[in-house]
Amino acid sequence: MPKPFTPKVITANALLEGDVIYLADNGWTRQLAQAEVFTDEAHADLRMIEAAAQTGEVVGVYLADVTLEGSTPVPTHFREDFRALGPSNYAHGKQEQF
Amino acid sequence: MYHYTDFDDAFLKERNAQFRAQVERRIDGSLTEDEFKPLRLMNGLYLQLHAYMLRVAIPYGTLNSRQMDTLAMIADKWDKGYGHFTTRQNIQYNWPELRDVPDMLDALAAVNMHAIQTSGNTIRNVTADHFAGAAADEVADPRPVAELIRQWSTDHPEFQFLPRKFKVAVTGAKADRAVIKAHDIGLRIVKRDAEIGYEVVIGGGLGRTPMIGKVLYDFVSSEDLLPTLEAIVSVYNLLGRRDNKYKARIKITVHENGIEDIRARVDARYALIRDQFTGVDQQMLARIEADFAQPSFRKADVTPFHNTYQHDPLFRSWADTNLAAHRNPDYAIVSISLKAHGKTPGDATSRQMRLMAQIAKRYGHDELRISHEQNVILPHVHKGDLPSVYYALKAEGLGTANIGLISDIIACPGMDYCALATARSIPIAQEIATRFDELKLEHEVGPLKIKISGCINACGHHHVGHIGILGLDRAGVENYQITLGGDGTEDAAIGERAGPGFSADEIIPAVERIVLAYLDLRNDPAEEFLQTYRRLGLAPFKAALYPEAPAQKVRENAA
Repeated sequence: MPKPFTPKVITANALLEGDVIYLADNGWTRQLAQAEVFTDEAHADLRMIEAAAQTGEVVGVYLADVTLEGSTPVPTHFREDFRALGPSNYAHGKQEQF
Repeated sequence: MYHYTDFDDAFLKERNAQFRAQVERRIDGSLTEDEFKPLRLMNGLYLQLHAYMLRVAIPYGTLNSRQMDTLAMIADKWDKGYGHFTTRQNIQYNWPELRDVPDMLDALAAVNMHAIQTSGNTIRNVTADHFAGAAADEVADPRPVAELIRQWSTDHPEFQFLPRKFKVAVTGAKADRAVIKAHDIGLRIVKRDAEIGYEVVIGGGLGRTPMIGKVLYDFVSSEDLLPTLEAIVSVYNLLGRRDNKYKARIKITVHENGIEDIRARVDARYALIRDQFTGVDQQMLARIEADFAQPSFRKADVTPFHNTYQHDPLFRSWADTNLAAHRNPDYAIVSISLKAHGKTPGDATSRQMRLMAQIAKRYGHDELRISHEQNVILPHVHKGDLPSVYYALKAEGLGTANIGLISDIIACPGMDYCALATARSIPIAQEIATRFDELKLEHEVGPLKIKISGCINACGHHHVGHIGILGLDRAGVENYQITLGGDGTEDAAIGERAGPGFSADEIIPAVERIVLAYLDLRNDPAEEFLQTYRRLGLAPFKAALYPEAPAQKVRENAA
């Protein structure tokens, strides 16, 4: 039996700055909290095709697992935690921006 | 040191202009990422977790003050005011933006530096003993031949798409400070009768399948060196496995075919190509050697050193730990620790870089080195100047007296930056250093090398750490495996895995248990950690690491 589809966001890096970005309802956002969360696999696949086609803006598009705390997406894996926050040795990256 | 010729300048200018155009075409959409990626990698530009990363080569770890000042300027202008020195004598900038990278490369070119072949399946930055040209125990300075190899390998038309990356290290001394046995090719300058030549070691490497290099030839004459290297890389280029990334390094080629088979192939290839080397390379080497002439050492009073050594215990501690023997008895080699307790190993702020440049200019014959252990070296300092150098360094957080001690940890960037990492390395290094500083034990413990990698690729050299730590992802949680008894010197050895891994919370107490066990087990304070380990083996350390294990076994047996 196929595994049930778990909530996901679409993420990538911005071409110019390299920043971690997430697909939102209208374009890309730098904050995970604003990302569009997919609970339907077919819809996620469709949006992936759209996102991956934006090669002039983004690099390395993929689906990342999240859980929902209320309506806010939270990473399930520590790698995505670091991508959403920045490194742990300096307050650089998103933790200094937001 | 080596100064670029008009040819070098023109080559780099053209190459940088090409890359500038490639970046523009990527941004305007003419190039896809698949097309652009190999081009950016050939120029040292990675895309990591949070941002791009530019890896700049510091050939054989040698810099002058002007170059170090430029590295500081680049950190301020296009990055976040710091740089990270790596285990391959490179510097990495963690936050550049794509549009700025061509300007960064032009700024580097202005001081004879580049980022070419710091990535990709090519011959990478040639590394060398960081005490080169200064060490008391040296047969000859390895830097001229390292520069010759840099020139031969840069943009070498046959070797731009090797089966996998290829790393060369050179040492001029018997004491191996360049980890040559863990390189694809390791060269050691040796003297036979009165002739200078090279011992050639191949097939070493760390990573997923760690291997100690094997001696291919015990003596290759100077004029035969480049044809021999060319023959080795040619044989590897054809024979190396392109079907499996994990089996593509030369260490596997040597392991699978055997050193005798490889030697026969290299001999055959050598015979075929030898005539192409007409001796021009030897003329070039002679010119390069002139660039590395020894500085004119000063005759001056060394009393300030002895006086300060008598009166200032902090200076004494630093001098005892951070100085090494220079070939001129009035001079010392200074290792500047980039491992202040609790800081990120290998990071220097732009202020610190400028200060080190200034000190090198004023007191150090304008020379700096980057060590594979992620520290900065002033290779030539007159002993009379050591107090001034120490107090200046100390004022900027660069006076830590811990070279070779437990807090002088190698750590790769790990999952804080690296897209390949499976766990973090930096916070583990920071916590170990902070903990042993609190315990005030590290000087009593003495020489002990901890090396941490955040993934199996082993950029942090964990296999050759006396205590090696490997960070892994175990079912979505960071987990750290310990290896013991590794050694990166001329007696190179791969560490033995101690047992099951530890969580991030457990790893610091685990390291502490190993170190306390060593203090109990050693014959006397003169017996270093590695000697005790070699005398007693893994068992007593394993018992200290897993104190619960016997009881658990009893319970399991009872059940």
